[in-house]
Amino acid sequence: MSAPAGLPPRPAAAAFSTGGPGSSPEAAAPASGAPRCQNGPMQSQMQFPSGYGSHLPIYSAPSGHYSQVPNKAAASHLDNQYRASYYPGYYSAPAQNVMTSVGSNVLNAQESQHQLYNNTPHSGGSSDRPVQGTVSSASYLHASAQQSYSAFDNHYSTSVSSSVASQGFPLNSDHYAMPVVSGAMYPNVSYPPVAAGGVYGQTLTSQSLPAVGQFKETNAFSSQNPSVPHSLQQHLPVGYNTTISTVSSAQAVQDNLSRNLTGSVAKVNNQISTGGIDSSQPVHSVSQNVPFTKPGVGTSASSAVMSSVRSPAPSLSSKPASSPSVTQSPELALQEALDSSSTTSSASPVLNNYDALEGGGYPETRSVTNSPVPSPSVLQTSKASKPFGYGYPALQPGYQNATPPTPVQPSNPGHHPGFQHYPQQYPGVNQLSSSLGGLSLQHSQQPESLRPVNLTHDRNILPVSSVPAPVPNLNSDLRKLNCSPDSFRCTLTNIPQTQALLNKAKLPLGLLLHPFRDLTQLPVITSSTIVRCRSCRTYINPFVSFIDQRRWKCNLCYRVNDVPEEFMYNPLTRSYGEPHKRPEVQNSTVEFIASSDYMLRPPQPAVYLFVLDVSHNAVEAGYLTILCQSLLENLDKLPGDSRTRIGFITFDSTVQFYNLQEGLSQPQMLIVSDIDDIFLPTPDSLLVNLHESKELIKDLLNALPNMFTNTRETHSALGPALQAAFKLMSPTGGRISVFQTQLPSLGAGLLHSREDPNQRSSTKVVQHLGPATDFYKKLALDCSGQQTAVDLFLLSSQYSDLASLACMSKYSAGCIYYYPSFHRSHNPAQAEKLQKDLKRYLTRKIGFEAVMRIRCTKGLSIHTFHGNFFVRSTDLLSLANVNPDAGFAVQMSIEESLTDTSLVCFQTALLYTSSKGERRIRVHTLCLPVVSSLSDVYAGADVQAVVCLLANMAVDRSVSSSLADARDALVNAVVDSLAAYMSTASNLQQSMLIAPNSLKLFPLYILALLKQKAFRTGTSTRLDDRVYAMCQMKSQPLVHLMKMIHPNLYRIDKLTDESTIHVNDRVVPQPPLQKLSAEKLTREGAFLMDCGSIFYLWIGKNCDNNFIKDVLGYPNYASVPQKMTQLPEVDAPSSERTRSFISWLRDSRPLSPVLQVIKDENPAKTDFFQHLIEDRTEAAFSYYEFLLNIQQQICK
Amino acid sequence: MESVVFIFSLIDCCALIFLSVYFIITLSDLECDYINARSCCSKLNKWVVPELIGHAVVTVLMLISLHWFIFLLNLPVATWNIYRYIMVPSGNMGVFDPTEIHNRGQLKSHMKEAMIKLGFHLLCFFMYLYSMILALIND
Repeated sequence: MSAPAGLPPRPAAAAFSTGGPGSSPEAAAPASGAPRCQNGPMQSQMQFPSGYGSHLPIYSAPSGHYSQVPNKAAASHLDNQYRASYYPGYYSAPAQNVMTSVGSNVLNAQESQHQLYNNTPHSGGSSDRPVQGTVSSASYLHASAQQSYSAFDNHYSTSVSSSVASQGFPLNSDHYAMPVVSGAMYPNVSYPPVAAGGVYGQTLTSQSLPAVGQFKETNAFSSQNPSVPHSLQQHLPVGYNTTISTVSSAQAVQDNLSRNLTGSVAKVNNQISTGGIDSSQPVHSVSQNVPFTKPGVGTSASSAVMSSVRSPAPSLSSKPASSPSVTQSPELALQEALDSSSTTSSASPVLNNYDALEGGGYPETRSVTNSPVPSPSVLQTSKASKPFGYGYPALQPGYQNATPPTPVQPSNPGHHPGFQHYPQQYPGVNQLSSSLGGLSLQHSQQPESLRPVNLTHDRNILPVSSVPAPVPNLNSDLRKLNCSPDSFRCTLTNIPQTQALLNKAKLPLGLLLHPFRDLTQLPVITSSTIVRCRSCRTYINPFVSFIDQRRWKCNLCYRVNDVPEEFMYNPLTRSYGEPHKRPEVQNSTVEFIASSDYMLRPPQPAVYLFVLDVSHNAVEAGYLTILCQSLLENLDKLPGDSRTRIGFITFDSTVQFYNLQEGLSQPQMLIVSDIDDIFLPTPDSLLVNLHESKELIKDLLNALPNMFTNTRETHSALGPALQAAFKLMSPTGGRISVFQTQLPSLGAGLLHSREDPNQRSSTKVVQHLGPATDFYKKLALDCSGQQTAVDLFLLSSQYSDLASLACMSKYSAGCIYYYPSFHRSHNPAQAEKLQKDLKRYLTRKIGFEAVMRIRCTKGLSIHTFHGNFFVRSTDLLSLANVNPDAGFAVQMSIEESLTDTSLVCFQTALLYTSSKGERRIRVHTLCLPVVSSLSDVYAGADVQAVVCLLANMAVDRSVSSSLADARDALVNAVVDSLAAYMSTASNLQQSMLIAPNSLKLFPLYILALLKQKAFRTGTSTRLDDRVYAMCQMKSQPLVHLMKMIHPNLYRIDKLTDESTIHVNDRVVPQPPLQKLSAEKLTREGAFLMDCGSIFYLWIGKNCDNNFIKDVLGYPNYASVPQKMTQLPEVDAPSSERTRSFISWLRDSRPLSPVLQVIKDENPAKTDFFQHLIEDRTEAAFSYYEFLLNIQQQICK
Repeated sequence: MESVVFIFSLIDCCALIFLSVYFIITLSDLECDYINARSCCSKLNKWVVPELIGHAVVTVLMLISLHWFIFLLNLPVATWNIYRYIMVPSGNMGVFDPTEIHNRGQLKSHMKEAMIKLGFHLLCFFMYLYSMILALIND
């Protein structure tokens, strides 16, 4: 670890991955020249070597060993290897990476092993152990890490063989002593975490046991090895083959271990035992040792020893020969490719597991190590030359390779994650291990996300700042390339291998998408040919694998495609022959400018139609003034080009059209009173060019607010107005914005009040959540067919049957805004909100005539979609408009087992017409590892995504079944998943409610959902409010939805400059998140609650007068007005801090939230206190009660 | 008289078989993306009521002609048809709703239902055929 510390992530691993499955066999043949390297281990070595060679002269010797590998790589044309050479800097990092990669499994083990090894060598150089030790000493940390890895494997195997974890522990204790020594010896090495090593040491000890058995063999082998490295390698493969089956199990075990880190060593052992333990273990160790040993000088002998040691298994098969090694090498390359990202060492073991070939690979590695040792100087020279070759391979290809073929790979990803966790865990682990001893291994070895949290005891589970999205357990290269969690999130960042495993976890599998999000940086690609898979039409992406320069393998359907000639040229670097460096392959989010192949008709212009309610009710509310003002201000900012068109329709009991044809002196109103058979009076002049008729439009907007001031018309003919709007829009498509203030009462689509006010707080049945008529749904589908979206602004003070009206937006991909009890002067907060929303609404980006397709790796299928759109065919979403604030969710099932792949990918492609009339495709690709154990599934759970997906599902359930069902389903989701988790952790006490760290917020969020307007019962909730909350759940992107479900509470009266961040030269304080509980509110404080669409600023009665004076601008508490929505600009530090904090919060979301200042006697106080979801209310549990309730249900 | 009942039932049953096949073909077209959900659902919804009536008529006919076994055999299917029709939510566009058919495996369950009905009608077809021949011989 220490050595790697300096190093960057392990690119080398990536390089390996590139090794390219396709090329691997052939490569193997050439590799024969450098047979030693050929094997899987070689790959790992390769990585290291590259790192060594380039970075560290010292490593040169090892590099020599590696050089063999490179040669093979070259022969194989493996891009990966080349890449390794290219990225010398990386290599150094790679070494670390390797460590890590191995590590996720090995990580700890490796370090510990390293230490141990080092110790062992020193202490007993002559013994077999010494061999390892020598290796470690000779080798860098990296090497040692690898060795440790191998050792790790051995340990596992040994432990397995011994089948007694306890034995392993004692051994560990011995090792511990050893590690300590090593630590003393190699303080500089940077493995300082020797203590951690001690922890690991337990595993190590297990190794030692096996080692003993092996040692004898190894001795014999060692002699052989030195003499004939090639033969050794071959032998090794054989050994591997024999071991392979076992190895695979061992690997799996390792993976698990790595994930769990300290985790279930015992389990691992068990697994190993199931496999062919002994032979496999030795093999691994050998491979690992080899690379490391090379670096170390003097270690040559030791390395030889090591090889011999490991070789025991190989020795059996041993004599076979070098030729096999060659073949193995290709395989190894493949395997490596598979493992690619992860540490090479781990990868190589995996490889072994897979095939006999892999097994060969292991031997090879050993041989490699051996060979280096014997003739360091020669090797070094050769190595030196090799690095050049390395530069070649493409990083990504390696990944790709890794994904498709090997089953083993899954384990590798697991390792990676483990690795990541490792650094963090390390210290903790050490402490734990020391304190807990062997018995507590499982606890101490688990990764952070699996750390058990006792929910009833740990009261402070909220993180200090916002909850981060979990990072998939991929290697660093893949992780860097992966799609941003803001755009693309999966509920499980570790995808279970089978549906059975998914069912066991009791967590929903789905994606949360925010595909059209405003991005600050987006690579836009203009290319005459957009490279796509010929069979599944997937766009080329960073996770495909390049088999060679001319072919790439699709990561979704695994079809091999040709790379078109044009793709060989990279416009960014102006170089030829590097398809893997094209921007499409370097970015997981890209936008293509599409050619005419992607058009069914010429791109449409931007067309906006406003349909405005002008009945008495609407005029009384006064929204027209705000709308017209806002439109006038933003008329020039409406997205569009010179073709942009705009039109207006108003309606009360009749429908009024406005002729704005250029040339008229003033707008002409045309009234159609035949609402049963609506027609367009002058079809050509109602939608006019914005620029040509700008003056007329401005005239109309200025006149409109006053045109209907004296109206006595109370009816609303919304249906006919919408029919007219549809007729007007159908030739072009575009956007209809409907402003409605009451229940439609005339013509088609009229509605009747369905809400019984007495039932608002009913705890039993909530009816009428579904639409009352199919009129609006049909209209929406008609509109959708004509590429028209309907956006609804509902500004009503009474019940308006949003459940029915919302359908017009839901199925036409529109959006819904609801302003309950809107009044321009009586309700300034809502008026301000409308104003701000309109500003955003009118000026935000818009995409027309869009379709979105979500593709996923073969074996996964999407079965349910959530959001505003129409599902046109099984995976094609029709979006008449797409806006940057729209979120989508899909549920997935696993139709075929994913055992033959280690990575799965999801791709969304959004094809749309920009407001400038360009056809564009925005592509997001997400890559996730596949895991086979339940604990890994839990480790990768993304609690926020899970909760958002559950919210979507609960909305569906409420409408199709009943609200009570939906609530039960939510509670059951927590109960089932926690019960399933607790049953996997056998040593947990049943009397406690335990959740994995990754899910510790799960019950809290579910409780928050149950108290949300959409799902709450017992508290008076107006039907429209409830339906609106449901609509938001379906259409909001995850970040906004989470704020709505669980608001953030900050104490802001004592903001300090500590822990601030700097944004655009501003200093933004970062107060810690507070629990949503009244216990956190003190009368002396001021608190800011961020609910996403609204900020509440609650001021305590005894709040510091200085704060009130500086921040609010009033002398004391009593003088603060009831309806305050702005903070004055006062020149005081506390005011500046508060304002910069609030504006920072505002900047992070598209809709600028309104600030409401709340004093104790303010009527809005109830709104504020309703959001304190951890507290008890008359109708709902407090958080603690909810936990007890869950626990009770689990125990049932 | 009895032969007339069975001849009518046989013809009716043939129509229902064709209808089931039509349902299956249309649904599988949707599954394969040959037609879009909107047109598929409007096509199918047109035939939901005729199917319901066609089946109900045979069922009632069997009751009237006192063929208890065949009546009881048909009763559950006829009940299901009516139940399904009545239980369509007010906002939906019929038994087959284009906005929901791709969600929650509805397409699959519709397909399964059509398959089961096809099998059921085939069974009925042979029963009617047998009964008809028997009735003709007895006459």
